[in-house]
Amino acid sequence: MKRILSMAFASAGALSLQGCAGLQSALDPKGPAASELAWLIWFFTGLCAVVWVLVMIALAAPLTMRSRAQAEPLAIDPGADGRKLRVVMTAVGVTAVILVGLTLLSFFANRTLAAIGSDAALTIRVTGHQWWWEVRYENAMPSRILTTANEIHIPSGEPVRLLLTSTDVIHSFWIPSLSGKLDLIPGHTNVLDIKADKPGVYRGQCAEFCGVQHANMGTFIIAEPRAKFDTWWNDQLRPAADPTGDEAKAGEDLFQRRPCVMCHRIGGTPAGGTVAPDLTHIASRQTLAAGTLTMSRGNLAAWIADPQSIKPGSHMPVVELNGDELNAIVAYLEGLK
Amino acid sequence: MNQRPAADLSGLPTFGHGPRSPTWWGTLGFMALEGTGFALAAGAYLYLATLWPNWRLSAPEPNHWPGTIVTLLLIVSLVPNHILNGYAKQCAIVPVRIGMVVMSLLGLAPLIVRWFEFLALNIYWDTNAYGSMIWILLGLHTTHLITDVGDTIVLTVLMFTHHGYSGRRFGDVGDNVFYWDFVVLTWIPIYLLIYWVPRLG
Amino acid sequence: MSSADLTSERDLPPERETSAKGDLAPEHDGPRDTGMDDASLHRWLARTWRTPPGIIGALSSVDHKVIARRYLITAFVFLCLGGLNAVAMRIQLSGPQRGLIGPDLYNQLFTMHGVTMMFLFAVPIVQATGIYLVPLMVGTRNIAFPRLNAFSYWVYLSGGAFAWISFLLNMAPDVGWFAYVPLSGPEFGPGKRADVWAQMITYTEVSSLAVAVATIVTVLKQRAPGMSLDKIPLYVWALLVTSFVVLFAMPAVMITSTFLILDRLVGTHIFNPAEGGDALLFQHLFWFFGHPEVYIIFLPATGMVSAIIPVFARRPVFGYLGLVLSLIAVGFLSFGLWVHHMFATGLPKLGASFFTASSMMIAIPNGVQIFCWLASLWDGRPVIRTPLLFVFGFFFIFVIGGLSGVMLASVPLDLQVHDTYFVVAHFHYVLIGGSVFPLLGATYFWFPKITGRMMSERLGRWHFWLAFIGFNAAFFPMHLVGLWGMPRRVYTYPAELGWGNINLLISAGAVLFFLSFVLFAFNLVHGVLRGVPAGDNPWDAGTLEWATSSPPPSYNFTRIPVVTNVEPLWAERGTLPVATGLRVDARELLISTVAEAHPDIREKSATPSIWPLLAAIAVGGTFLYSIFTPWAIVWGAAPIAITLIGWFWPKGDPEDEE
Repeated sequence: MKRILSMAFASAGALSLQGCAGLQSALDPKGPAASELAWLIWFFTGLCAVVWVLVMIALAAPLTMRSRAQAEPLAIDPGADGRKLRVVMTAVGVTAVILVGLTLLSFFANRTLAAIGSDAALTIRVTGHQWWWEVRYENAMPSRILTTANEIHIPSGEPVRLLLTSTDVIHSFWIPSLSGKLDLIPGHTNVLDIKADKPGVYRGQCAEFCGVQHANMGTFIIAEPRAKFDTWWNDQLRPAADPTGDEAKAGEDLFQRRPCVMCHRIGGTPAGGTVAPDLTHIASRQTLAAGTLTMSRGNLAAWIADPQSIKPGSHMPVVELNGDELNAIVAYLEGLK
Repeated sequence: MNQRPAADLSGLPTFGHGPRSPTWWGTLGFMALEGTGFALAAGAYLYLATLWPNWRLSAPEPNHWPGTIVTLLLIVSLVPNHILNGYAKQCAIVPVRIGMVVMSLLGLAPLIVRWFEFLALNIYWDTNAYGSMIWILLGLHTTHLITDVGDTIVLTVLMFTHHGYSGRRFGDVGDNVFYWDFVVLTWIPIYLLIYWVPRLG
Repeated sequence: MSSADLTSERDLPPERETSAKGDLAPEHDGPRDTGMDDASLHRWLARTWRTPPGIIGALSSVDHKVIARRYLITAFVFLCLGGLNAVAMRIQLSGPQRGLIGPDLYNQLFTMHGVTMMFLFAVPIVQATGIYLVPLMVGTRNIAFPRLNAFSYWVYLSGGAFAWISFLLNMAPDVGWFAYVPLSGPEFGPGKRADVWAQMITYTEVSSLAVAVATIVTVLKQRAPGMSLDKIPLYVWALLVTSFVVLFAMPAVMITSTFLILDRLVGTHIFNPAEGGDALLFQHLFWFFGHPEVYIIFLPATGMVSAIIPVFARRPVFGYLGLVLSLIAVGFLSFGLWVHHMFATGLPKLGASFFTASSMMIAIPNGVQIFCWLASLWDGRPVIRTPLLFVFGFFFIFVIGGLSGVMLASVPLDLQVHDTYFVVAHFHYVLIGGSVFPLLGATYFWFPKITGRMMSERLGRWHFWLAFIGFNAAFFPMHLVGLWGMPRRVYTYPAELGWGNINLLISAGAVLFFLSFVLFAFNLVHGVLRGVPAGDNPWDAGTLEWATSSPPPSYNFTRIPVVTNVEPLWAERGTLPVATGLRVDARELLISTVAEAHPDIREKSATPSIWPLLAAIAVGGTFLYSIFTPWAIVWGAAPIAITLIGWFWPKGDPEDEE
């Protein structure tokens, strides 16, 4: 039953998702944690539904009886009340047993979840910012440490440990199809272990209200086979590609002279800002502005030209550029694969 | 509805002391909510103190002497406070008037020392969270002290007018005594928390 | 115990030893109600207890019914305003990427919706209902500390107006009704918006606390002779327990908001992790208040259900003792659950599991209540009138909310649904189902007592079905869209996620639900103007508020009733046993003992006074000013002190002496 319902909801969701970057449903689990939780959700729901139906039957039952409109209110049959007392006591007892059962069930589910990441080999530090995600792949070798933004590549079938923290306000990291959520709190570091069973793109978004653009703080987990993931990591470690063509070269020049460098970093160039997403390989990402726009030349241009109408209140300022300058910068960024 | 007399209240007194009086219960209610506020502030202090292993955050130790003097003054004041209560129960106007004057003075005395106590904390409220918390704890109790002393002074003046000569006013004196006990009682844990608990670890 | 025993010598308290009357001013004695005929009695009492005429008179009123009416109307206005917030949000969310409302306004809207519904509607209206009904139900002439009660209304009114004027000035808080730091802190919450939140919360909670104290003392000390603890109406029990919960919960939110304003205004570091503070401390303090808050809203509603069911089931409620113990148990347990709002903050697993257990446990006393009510209905088909319809709606909706609450109590499960629309659905099922539906039923039930007229039964049924269908259409799908991954507090969502159609349905339900309140407002006005005269006891109910006329006179009862049964009017049909001997030329009421309600003292109740209003203005002005400078506390101290002295200084009325 739960499977059928689950599939029904999932397919209903999938229908409207053609060509989309990823699915974001707790009922469509793609990893061991979310599967355990989806099972728990359906079990609780089923049990609660049974309880609710029983209460409704008990509520409706007197409607079929003889009317009490003319009854003398203080003339109560003590025998009937005695029988009721036994029924009520039984119901309370059953309630208590069910609640103890559910408590134990959640306790064991919690243990199952805790075991998922016990042998995680990969550690990724995710830092919440208003309103984007900084992603840093930790490694014992400093040269292998990688910083990127918003999209988190992981090897599929392997547990991955995420260290969650924040430098500004509280955010919450949540990829419903892989795992429950966990907060990113300044001054604290939380540990969330995730695992994707199969390769795929799994969408999530910030779940703790974090200010004006809380709604547009999306993130993606991109699970790939190990070999593909290793290639990706190696590619990302390289400095930014040199611009090809005059327009892109002009774009690089403009980027370095304009305020862009105050906030953004592009590896291998003087641009070293750290308060905004790293752009070294921005063109290799699928989305822009933390999942707000899909990556395309047009969207890049639109975002740079007028970020405040796409994501009002975001910290990306409007930089005065004429049409040629805008095109040049877009051409440059587009080459940063 | 028709009525039939079933009880006669005409012989009842028109005021009562202590738990017989609604005002006493009202005072108790306000003590409960104020006490909860104090407990939560103290809880917040302890929460932060256990969160940070280097608690007091390298701030200098406060000088406990002004606080200790306030503590002694408050404890000593309990004696005349309860003598006053006895007179209030007997509705004896002259000793009550004297007692109220004494209690007003005994309320002002710790307030004066309290000024030096703030200086003896050796830290400001905006230095770090430790400074913030001890200023808040001391500030909360000072507010408490000021309002009760103000209340006591107004009631003292009232007792010297012709309004003072009434059962209801003696009840008010009793409630004032009750409240002062509470002011003294709430100070003890705060005193320990500010001056002595950080020295334990 | 027979009522006659109450007067015997041994039941009266011993004569006071201090009857050294020589030391006291001679007791003034005026006319008593003993043996007085009805017409003169009415004349005397009406003159003694009246609210003075004129505007100053109206502003000076200390009549609990007058204050409660103001409270009820004000709270209803705030309900409509909060509802309009919700409708605006639902229009914005009715489809993906709608541009009707921008994020800045949207964030103010959902913050004001939460603040208004929690602090300006739900808590005040349940307390206001208590202010009106508790003194009548316990058989006394006025609430305890009537001036404090008047003060509380002015504080509430000005605090609410303060929040809404800020909203109109585009200065409303935009950090959520919970205002988590650091978002609301000095670094990330620029401007005055978070200050408005902090001060408005502290200020309005003053009113809530004042009402709680007045309610507690009224119930403990002013009950009619014979109303021992086991004869207190369940509604009154519910208000008593609620008031205790207020007493211990509200200081937490006042401490929280005060800490916040100190961090923002004078540079303390309580919530600043860089200087030894902690952001999670805010959440602990806030939810230590926030969870009991739910029960502050819900428990009075259970009292209403316990009052309505017996009348329409035509029998005393089943399991009186069980219901009372459940109320007390829920009151206690409500303080042990706050961490279940913080499961996603990454607390230690074992601690979190403890809070799973405690959160599950509170379902047991709530279950006891549900089962006892059901058992009360099993004697036969109850009389189905609008108040009972809403109680049935309460069962249907609240039980769903309670069961989804059991789901939220489970730590792992909560991590999927926390901060999603599933939670939005859950707490609307609990709060609207658990509190608003009983409140609507209670309105139909007690409206005749308050106005002397009946509300239309036909419109009432239309209202019920519209509200019931609208509510479920609006909120049930939210469970699903939450599980599909839609977080709370988002002003828009991408089309690709497939949440568009279901959100359109939700919005349509929300509009329908709002319309049901328009119909309700119409029925209220229609009832006041054209309603059928109700008579004293239109439902043949058993509790004391129905023993007096509708609406009740300023003095509530011509003589204080003597109580022999938990449903005194059913036990004493025809003639009501009463106590005599109170003065009629001064506001005298009966103080009784806490447990047995033996008559103990004839005490004076305060006369009308303008000072509570002036004191509220002084306190309110100080709070408003403190948004801008901490020195406000210093400058405000003088006017506050002056108004309080004016309030308490005796004016020479008979009520001031003795």
